[in-house]
Parts: sequence; C-alpha cells; structure tokens
Amino acid sequence: MAVFSVPNIQVKGISAAVPKQVEDNNEFVLLPEKERGMFINTVGIRYRRVAPENVTASDLCAAAAEKLLDELNWNRAEIKILVFITQTPDYIIPNTASLLQQKLGLSKTCIAFDVNLGCSGYVYGLSVVGSLLQNMPGAKALLLVGDISTATISMRDKSTAPLFSDAGSATALEFSKGHQVHFNLQTDGKEFDSIIIPGGGYRNRFNEKQLAYTEYEKGINRNELHMKLDGVKIFNFGLREIVPNIDNLLSEMKIEKDSVDYFIFHQANLLMLESIRKKLKVAPEKVPYSLYNYGNTSSATIPVTLVSKLNKLLEAGKAKLLLSGFGVGLSWGSAYLETESIVCPEMIEI
Amino acid sequence: MELEDFTKKFADCFHQTSPDSIQAGTEFRKLEEWGSMMALIVIAMIDADFGKTISSDDLKNATTVSSLFEIVKNK
Repeated sequence: MAVFSVPNIQVKGISAAVPKQVEDNNEFVLLPEKERGMFINTVGIRYRRVAPENVTASDLCAAAAEKLLDELNWNRAEIKILVFITQTPDYIIPNTASLLQQKLGLSKTCIAFDVNLGCSGYVYGLSVVGSLLQNMPGAKALLLVGDISTATISMRDKSTAPLFSDAGSATALEFSKGHQVHFNLQTDGKEFDSIIIPGGGYRNRFNEKQLAYTEYEKGINRNELHMKLDGVKIFNFGLREIVPNIDNLLSEMKIEKDSVDYFIFHQANLLMLESIRKKLKVAPEKVPYSLYNYGNTSSATIPVTLVSKLNKLLEAGKAKLLLSGFGVGLSWGSAYLETESIVCPEMIEI
Repeated sequence: MELEDFTKKFADCFHQTSPDSIQAGTEFRKLEEWGSMMALIVIAMIDADFGKTISSDDLKNATTVSSLFEIVKNK
C-alpha cells in the first residue's frame, strides 16, 4: 500500500467547466418509463452534460484554467508544471498537455505531460503534480483533469449511456512551506477489463470489423470502439476496497475521521456511495453529491463536486477534505488536504 | 443467518412488488421488477446486512430466494 505525504505544496484554487447541453435521464428512451425513476433514485443521476463534436476535454479544462488564472491573478510565466489527466485526449499523438501549454500562454520552461487515468485521476494527479512541485521553491502548477466520456459510449447501450457526462477542471497548486497533502494510492490490474474500450488501440488494432454492433442483451448494443462496463464487478470493487483505503490513510497519518469536514467521492453511483458512506460511519451532511445534476464525469467528478457543492465554503475559510477516486484500471486512491480560502469560482458553462 | 430473516430483507429491497408476494420459494428473476438495478440493490443489502459479496454468476445461478440464501450462506 502506497501511503505517503507530499510536503511543501498547497492548493490555491479549483474551477470546473461543463458543456451547455443537458440530457435528462427521465427522457432516456432506452429505459422503459417505469424504470427511469428507479434508475434516477438508485444510481442518483438525473442530468448529464454532453459536449458537442467540436468541444474536447482539453477545451473544457482550458476554459476552467483561464477563469481560475484570471481570478488568482497569477503570472503565467511562473507556472512551471502542467499535468493533464484524461482518457479522451485531443489526438492519439501528440500529448494534449503540449497543446494546452501553448493555448494557455505558458512559458517554454514549463513541464507538460498527459496521464491516462479516469476515475482515480484527480487524486493521482494531485500526487504527481505535488511530487514535482515540492522540489521547486517559488513555482506554481496547474493540474487539468477532464473527460468527454459521452464520446466513448454507445447511445444504444443502456448500461453506459445514462451514466456518463462531460466536464473539465483546473486546480492551481503552489510551493508552500509547512503545508502538505497525504495520499494512499492503489492499483489492481487483474480486473483491467471491467471498464474497457477493447478496440482501436494497439493490442486490438483498428479494423472495420470493430465498427459492427453486437446486441449483448435487449437495450445493450455497442461496437468494439465503445466503452464496456461490468457494473456488478465495479460495484463490488467499490464496496470492497474504498473503506479500507480511506481508513488506512487516516490511521497512518493519525487523522481523526471526525475532524474531516467533507468526504468527496468519485461520483459513480449513489447506491454504491451511500453504502461506502455508511460503512465509513460518516454523517450524510459531510458527503456532498453532484451526480444528480452532473452525472459521472469520469476523472472530473471530484472537482465538479467541490465546485458545484462547496465553492462558497471553500472560498470563505478553512476546510479539511478527504478525496477518494476509484474505478477504471482498476485504480483507486485517497488524499487528505487542508485548504484555506481558496479561489473557487461558480461552475463555467461553454 | 436465517432463511426467514434473509427472505424478509430480500423482499424489502423491492419498491413496486409487495413484500408479501416474495417468499423463500419465489423465483425472483421472474418478478417484473427484477433487473440490473434490483441486482445492485440486493448486492448492497447482502454486503451491508450479511457481510458477504456475491457476483453476477451467483445471481444467475440462484433460481429462488432460498437458493440465493444457500449461496450466500456458503460464502
């Protein structure tokens, strides 16, 4: 178990952006009318944001970053690190972080690279950026995390289409003596195919056969270039792994669970999250959910929840936050951090 | 863990089906309300109330509530 602390870093601001277009699961045609209410109540997702074809995850992250940098009034030349976490890059080659470095007007002395992670990506991203930043006194960094998962799903697949939504986020970090973030990061590749797009990569290279749709059961039609999700395996994974991961982080770092102000989970499925919350023995008011309005935005769910549910509180004063991301990989992790009057603008729509 | 307790908790998972109509011998996958959402609700109940993890195959291999109870009991 990788439990560790990154010293000398502090989060200074968080922003998020979503596409304007809203889809309502109460009108989702693949689910019979009487099942729609049950889906919304159980999975917890009513509305989803869908990016049009000309909007990418990097566009959403760039919009979030522009707003954040303006409100922070940061000199862009001081930003020495840009990490972009996504599973939906602009291109197969090159990395999207290079495009973002140019688009945001950052200096040529800036480190910029992509990381391919989904549901755990925000927590992992904080650790990656923080680990670099802790050795760079005076430096500032941007963690950009986002996905347009709706571009990867079959609209004829009721097992994935009503879940996913699109968003991008930006988090500003600064070298800061005396501050730190604690992490507990884990991986289990044994169930790598629980969430997978099987075709189009270099294991199963693209061919025309991958475009053919298969009906797996009524209402579940997709091809090899679409995302496939084993709901029961992921559900059991969440029930099994998340509570011990969080408990171990808190006990190793000698943090009292009751002292944490908010637990922010990856917004996967309300039934799963409520099961985890009850196992953790945490009060409902400490666990905000954004999935009713914003769905599962993959890597962006944690910043989307912070921005949409807690932005006023985060701007007003101090907060002790436990973040937990889990899913595709399988990859999961938690982070504990303390914030103080960070910049956290309202949700951006583009 | 008793069959009676398990059957009651299983029946309580349903919203549209009357709990009285679900007995130990009920073939639950034939119930109109049964589906992928119900499967997750039952998995969550078994995890929370009995501390056991069941898979999709376990649900497929069980025909009645009592046969699911046996699978859970033997975990």
